[in-house]
Amino acid sequence: MSDDKGPEFWRWTESNWVNPDIRWQEAQFLTGGIDVGSVSSQAVIMADGVLYAYGNRRTGSDSQTSAQDALNFALEKTDLIQEEVHYFIGTGYGRVNVPMADRTVTEIACHAKGANFMYGPAVRTVLDVGGQDIKAIRCDDTGKVTNFLMNDKCAAGTGRGMEVFSDLLGVPIGDVGARSFEVDKEPPPVSSTCVVYAKSEATDLLRKGWAVNEVLAAYCAAMAERIYSLLERVGIEREFAVTGGIAKNIGVTRRLRKLMGIEPLKTTYDTQLAGAIGAALFGLALCRKGKSRKT
Amino acid sequence: MLASYGYSDGSGAYFITVDTDKCDGCGECVGVCPGQVLEVIDEDPNDPFRDGPIVVVRKHKHNKIKDDCGRCKPASCRPPLPCVEACPNRAIAHSW
Repeated sequence: MSDDKGPEFWRWTESNWVNPDIRWQEAQFLTGGIDVGSVSSQAVIMADGVLYAYGNRRTGSDSQTSAQDALNFALEKTDLIQEEVHYFIGTGYGRVNVPMADRTVTEIACHAKGANFMYGPAVRTVLDVGGQDIKAIRCDDTGKVTNFLMNDKCAAGTGRGMEVFSDLLGVPIGDVGARSFEVDKEPPPVSSTCVVYAKSEATDLLRKGWAVNEVLAAYCAAMAERIYSLLERVGIEREFAVTGGIAKNIGVTRRLRKLMGIEPLKTTYDTQLAGAIGAALFGLALCRKGKSRKT
Repeated sequence: MLASYGYSDGSGAYFITVDTDKCDGCGECVGVCPGQVLEVIDEDPNDPFRDGPIVVVRKHKHNKIKDDCGRCKPASCRPPLPCVEACPNRAIAHSW
């Protein structure tokens, strides 16, 4: 059915991974974090606070199935079964519908905790650009949130907006960032990041003779500006880290760096995992505190 | 923790900020709010290690607070906001 629609440029790659250096049987606590977002779902298993396995997939039409799919995907390359995991924490937009979750924690707390783990304790400002919202978070050296705001009023300037744009312009989502710099001169940002308006503005610019790369540059720049205004509201403090899928888009992150004058930290972890990693770490902390299972 | 609920759009930024270190979940603000914007919940959803009740902006009000708080914010001669005034710990602030 999808064959006659041609390639779907927005499709990013789903992935799963297992840490070959860990024998889960030796771990005291196995904890799981399930982050069901509006666009992507991640499941992470940690063995005593070390990343053991993960699965990262697109969210399907319902949260329960998406959570289970992500978890099965994470466990696929392991010999671990779900029942061996001591504690699951659900987070993200669909967290109330994660069937295996012993408890839920908001994505705000989880992203700060996850960023602390992925980027180190120096992180003070965390930006998460999700599929449909933008979160600006400040935290202390333990990953505890000190100040946050989330804008989920509309999907302007979010991950889903970028997907729509890559599809519209026929540029694979992974190439958008690099291509947006292949311009002779940086064009002015599009006037709106609203997905609907930006789409018609882009079509208009193409008709005026703009190159595809220039339109990409104009959209990435507008997105960076929108994100920057939200970050300013919580206050920007070094060090700074970006989580979520947009962290992989240099077209946005480099322009944001220019606006902020701060270099974002780098990590070897997949940036989309921050919420799920944070959730698994909360699970571990609750296990260690001896909190009983809650449903 | 400063927890901000609300949104920003082309017309401005609309956030209610609750200082969770000051809020003790007494709920004085809930009763005086004519827009039913606030509620007390048993646990802070953003901090699994905080014990005790806390005031939050109701989930379905997050993207409507410009309208729902409007009745306490007349364009001229603005009186003190009831929720801000009612709080014995001065834990609530509005951004607009």
